[in-house]
Amino acid sequence: MGMTITEKILAKHAGKEEVHPGELLNCRVDVVLGNDVTTPVAIDEFEKLGVDRVFDPNRIVLVPDHFTPNKDIKSAEQAKRMRDFAQKYGIVNYFEIGRMGIEHCLLPQEGLVLPGELIIGADSHTCTYGALGAFSTGVGSTDMAAAMATGEAWFRVPETIKFVFYGELPPYVSGKDLILRVIGDIGVDGARYMAMEFAGPVIDSLSMDNRFTMANMAIEAGGKNGIIAPDEITLNYVRSRNKREYTLYYSDPDARYAEIREYDVTGMEPLVALPHLPENTKNVSEVAGITIDQVVIGSCTNGRMEDLEIAAEILRGKKVHPETRLIIFPGTQEIYLEALRKGLIEIFIEAGAAVSTPTCGPCLGGHMGILARGERALATTNRNFVGRMGDPGSEVYLSSPAVAAASAIKGAITPPWEVK
Amino acid sequence: MSLTGRVHKFGSDVDTDAIIPARYLNTSDPAELAKHCMEDADPSFPSRVKQGDIIVADKNFGCGSSREHAPIAIKAAGVSCVIARSFARIFYRNAINIGLPILECPRCVDEVQEGDTLEVDLRQGEIRNLSRGKTYLAEPFPAFMQEIIDKGGLINYVKEKVK
Repeated sequence: MGMTITEKILAKHAGKEEVHPGELLNCRVDVVLGNDVTTPVAIDEFEKLGVDRVFDPNRIVLVPDHFTPNKDIKSAEQAKRMRDFAQKYGIVNYFEIGRMGIEHCLLPQEGLVLPGELIIGADSHTCTYGALGAFSTGVGSTDMAAAMATGEAWFRVPETIKFVFYGELPPYVSGKDLILRVIGDIGVDGARYMAMEFAGPVIDSLSMDNRFTMANMAIEAGGKNGIIAPDEITLNYVRSRNKREYTLYYSDPDARYAEIREYDVTGMEPLVALPHLPENTKNVSEVAGITIDQVVIGSCTNGRMEDLEIAAEILRGKKVHPETRLIIFPGTQEIYLEALRKGLIEIFIEAGAAVSTPTCGPCLGGHMGILARGERALATTNRNFVGRMGDPGSEVYLSSPAVAAASAIKGAITPPWEVK
Repeated sequence: MSLTGRVHKFGSDVDTDAIIPARYLNTSDPAELAKHCMEDADPSFPSRVKQGDIIVADKNFGCGSSREHAPIAIKAAGVSCVIARSFARIFYRNAINIGLPILECPRCVDEVQEGDTLEVDLRQGEIRNLSRGKTYLAEPFPAFMQEIIDKGGLINYVKEKVK
């Protein structure tokens, strides 16, 4: 019986020839990730283990990105705790403010996560790296602590749902819209505990930035991991960055899937997810005209170069609506610098946008763009739960950067083609 | 091990932002987190919850963020057990890892009412509704997970391995 790419990666890391859905495995992990919110809890647990070293100081990545640059004294103490831990245990990949990025934009960029690897992170959007053909999944702080000590983690082999996309991708329809379509279709628990494999001719021609966006939101359908088979586009991305060897895995033609779902993207519109669940999706033209107080472009979902480029293309020579605030967060310092050199930052500032150093801040209602009661945001982020970006009486709508940029100009949800 | 507690009922897709909003994540002190437990799902919950109470929720409880602060807040608020139709994957893992008892039992979720008193035998997975005289059997855990639960969480389990 054939195996899926997810099963093959798990089998390899468990030292097995073959695995089956439902099987419980103890796996070697290639990378363990944590941030300034989840790592302090992991440090508490790690210290209870009574070990005096981590399994491999090269394979732990610590990124202060959630409440940094420190938003208050308590956050500063959490960030310091992680920094001190990194120093004490000689963690090689600790990224300081000014040299960092939003973790899920940063790790692929730095070549720290590679095809065929098994990665766990104490952050639910760790599933992003599946775009590289890796098995990557979010865990909690205790799992992070145990893995930092042992280099291992337990997994139940997930069933896989395959999502096949075909047809012609219309202008302004992006990876964000494809993943919102899936979530709208199967719901926020439609892939609970399962692997989500994205495939088909549309995926084959999709850029890495768009693939990252898709894998990133697998968790929003309850998925354990999102994964895309590596190809020439993957290798072009990885080749200039990898610092160690990697292995390419592919699903067998006779691999077993729990389900195969097909999507014709021809004639598709960009989508918007309405409060308060990512599954509440509508075509942008169906919700056009809903007024917006704040637009946020960025995050681990849509803070990459192509996201900024499409936003700049739409915002060039335009002004943000007088009653709307636009805040833009490049995903990493490298992306920020490239955007600066290409003149994108100038376009944003001339349009009247605030441009920020990379941080998760506004996406999770941490800082740098909190909403007041009754305010409404349109964000390129990943979650629109109650209170996600501020007061429990505020609202978050989710969209692609193209829709977000167009809506910032009009002060209301706007299809990108209406801004010329 | 048997628990008895009063039921607080919640709906579907209670996310970890509702369980413990990010505005309180600048600390990991369980007592501080407990003060805001479930606040964005029910602002009165932190003041109403009593030691030993039981949360009963519909599908996909704990979806969203991986924050372990969510099960920590629930445990520190005194909740003895969470029963749901289903749990989101990371929450499920975290609860087992930190020793917060959880049970999946769709029939119980269908029939239990707010304020009912339940007696739960975790070892047997048996839930008795003392208010209505009904008994339910929850899904059993795989042996490996039961071993982690029996040891009181993942850290105790791993401690023996790294000795």
